[in-house]
Amino acid sequence: MLQIKNLTKIYEGGVKALDNVSFEVPDNQFLAVIGLSGSGKSTLLRCINRLIEPTDGQILWNGEDITAASQEEMRRIRRKIGMVFQHFNLVHRSKVITNVLAGRLGYVNPAWSLMNRFPKEDIEKAIQKMNRVGIAEKAYQRADELSGGQQQRVGIARALMQDPEMILADEPVASLDPVLAHSIMSHLEDINKNDGVTVLCSLHFLDLVHRYADRAVALNEGKLVFEGNPKDIDDEKFKDIYGRDAERIG
Amino acid sequence: MKNNKKASPWKSLRVGLIALLSMVIFAYGFQITRVNLEELRSETRQESLIRVMRALAKPDLLEYEQEVEIVNTPVFLPCPADGTLPATPEPSGLEPYLVLTPACANEGDTIQVEGFNFAPNTTGPLRFIPGSDPDNTVSLGRENAETDADGHFIVNMELPNRASDEVQFIRATLRRNIGSPHLTQTAHDTWAKIVETVFMALLATIFGTLLAIPLSFIAARNLMMPVKSPLTSIALSILGWPIGILFGFMVVRWVGDLSASVGSNIWINLVSVVISPILISLGLRWALPQVETTTPSTQVRIVRMATLLLTVLIGFYGLFQLASLTMSTGETLTTSLGSFGFLGYFLFQVGDIVAIITPALGALAVGGALSSFLGRLGLRSSEKLPDSGLKILNIILATVAGATVLGLLGQLVEWLYQLGQPMYTLWIPLAVGGTLGLLLAIFTKAKDALPIGMVIYYITRSFLNGLRSVEALVMAIVFVIAVGIGPFAGALALGLHTIVSLAKLYCEQVESIMTGPLEAIEATGANRLQTIIYAVVPQIVPPYISYTMYRWDINVRMSTIIGFVGGGGIGFLLQQNINLLNYRGASAQMLAIAVVVASMDYISSVLREKTI
Repeated sequence: MLQIKNLTKIYEGGVKALDNVSFEVPDNQFLAVIGLSGSGKSTLLRCINRLIEPTDGQILWNGEDITAASQEEMRRIRRKIGMVFQHFNLVHRSKVITNVLAGRLGYVNPAWSLMNRFPKEDIEKAIQKMNRVGIAEKAYQRADELSGGQQQRVGIARALMQDPEMILADEPVASLDPVLAHSIMSHLEDINKNDGVTVLCSLHFLDLVHRYADRAVALNEGKLVFEGNPKDIDDEKFKDIYGRDAERIG
Repeated sequence: MKNNKKASPWKSLRVGLIALLSMVIFAYGFQITRVNLEELRSETRQESLIRVMRALAKPDLLEYEQEVEIVNTPVFLPCPADGTLPATPEPSGLEPYLVLTPACANEGDTIQVEGFNFAPNTTGPLRFIPGSDPDNTVSLGRENAETDADGHFIVNMELPNRASDEVQFIRATLRRNIGSPHLTQTAHDTWAKIVETVFMALLATIFGTLLAIPLSFIAARNLMMPVKSPLTSIALSILGWPIGILFGFMVVRWVGDLSASVGSNIWINLVSVVISPILISLGLRWALPQVETTTPSTQVRIVRMATLLLTVLIGFYGLFQLASLTMSTGETLTTSLGSFGFLGYFLFQVGDIVAIITPALGALAVGGALSSFLGRLGLRSSEKLPDSGLKILNIILATVAGATVLGLLGQLVEWLYQLGQPMYTLWIPLAVGGTLGLLLAIFTKAKDALPIGMVIYYITRSFLNGLRSVEALVMAIVFVIAVGIGPFAGALALGLHTIVSLAKLYCEQVESIMTGPLEAIEATGANRLQTIIYAVVPQIVPPYISYTMYRWDINVRMSTIIGFVGGGGIGFLLQQNINLLNYRGASAQMLAIAVVVASMDYISSVLREKTI
């Protein structure tokens, strides 16, 4: 259970990215986070694993206060939270398998990992995870030689290496074409349904939200404007989320 | 930008004033740099310029064995009063001879000199020899004779202002190259020195690169910005450095003595060198398990720490033994390998370097380890302790740490300037440092994370900028005093300059990496060092290689002039030849520099393409 209480983030320039946001995510849920660009979706997701330090408020995960965790505790928390990014964020010049193995960095002994040494089980696990997302034959290619869809699958394999209990997906399909988008989303769905991993996924297209999400929260200028079943987003709610001038296309 | 379209008179005036001001500045520059074309027009300047240019165009690289024909013929200047000319020796058969028309003349007159029976196609000077001695080495004039296919030449020659009652001479010295060309002594010297130059640059670049890489990470704003630590942790890690360094130095020295007392027997050395890595790897494997799922108990931690410490000691013992081994093998190899003796020399010197830097390395390692251990302890206690207790701890620790830092700085000043006044170099710095630490502890909240990363960043940056502004040439002067004249001094100076300038270039690369991968690796729970290795290093490899190549290029060019101050390399020869006005020699060296720099440029661009 992830509980977000009165979360507020004000950037140094005074921009209020999150304004008193509170909601809860039960375990094993597929939660879509929707809203316009700049509405605070990315900030929200990054506050959860504290890539961004929240200004105020609390994030509780299984009763543990993430916002109060020390550096050492944060390492332990982060390794249970996988993250998938819009721009994949792979290390381009490294091999695919190195990128995937990087998901184990929170577990392995730092001294050995600095010399690029991973335990045998981890390497086997990496190959298994790459098989699961269908990129095993690319394992020894450089990451930037892969196409966009393949790169995102490497990103998912990296997140899976963490044995995550939760995956934060920050617009995972925004840089991909519709066919690839469905392929990536179905991987996330598979992980959510079969492995019981909670997924928080920010999305732009409502049809994807309808198709994959159990529940949705919507942000507008940092404020939570909707929370509930995606099917309940009618035209009135739609205009609340995306503004008065928005036209529904999907 | 529509509102800017209308030109306001003020703006025009300002532009006009700026233009006027720049012209005045430029004009002043002309006076400062003494632009004066009058000098260029002067006859003597032009003549010397032409002479030097011609010498430079003929680098002293190749020479021939030469055959010389010297013929003297008497001349009267002015004509004898009695009008009788002594009989010129009759040309006999095939001997070369000169004919003057007329045979006597006044000063400044032009006479025609005709040569016969010389070897065909030879050249050489035609000179006036003052005084009555035909073997006089002094000669006047600048005429050049060149024989045709029949060995004949005609040259008009102006007689100089050297009137004498006695007979004087006109001498033709015609030279002919025989055989095939061979390299001059200058060419050989130039070759030896250019090799020295290239290797000096190579060593300096490698040495500099190795040290610039870690420096560049702590001088990168984006990596240091998030480094924040509570005061307890900072103060403890500051205290850890000097204590650790002192302790480490003593321990490693003790290990060194132990190693020396074990003996310099080659077999003992060999056995130690083989056994210690095995022990080290066993120790590391046991003390650092690859995956840690549960937090280990305190006892296990202590035993592990002890094992690690023992492993490190064995490591230093192994290093000392290795040094001793390489030195003794190097010594034997130097004599037994003959022309490959330089390999033995290399081994011996490497052993010596290892023996010298091991204590320093040990001191730094122990200092770093103790500092990071204490820092972690501080972090832990700042998390656990209550605010009020922490405040008191902070006040004590910060006072001691501040006093230590400034006290050590004061001692450095004392050592440098030998002031002999402990009041200014010990007590006042101690008091000021203590007070600053105290104030810091009082005016910050006990658990606040202070931006220590930015402090380190600014200190490193100013250090780099300061040292970078000292030219390698100036550093060479200091090193010449430290290690004596020669290429080693030059390599050290270039190396130091390479460290600081590469660190600057490198850290700009670190600052411009993509942040995405950094964020992604951080999100997996990786610690800071892991993030650097997995997200930063892969991104900076290509620019680092390319900058290192570029620096090698610069170092080759720099090492050509570092010899001007005694730093070894080709600069020494170049300067010598310029001072001796031996422009053909200097030209040979300049040519060598040009060839080396151009080929370096080519090689580095090829290598750069290959690696990126």
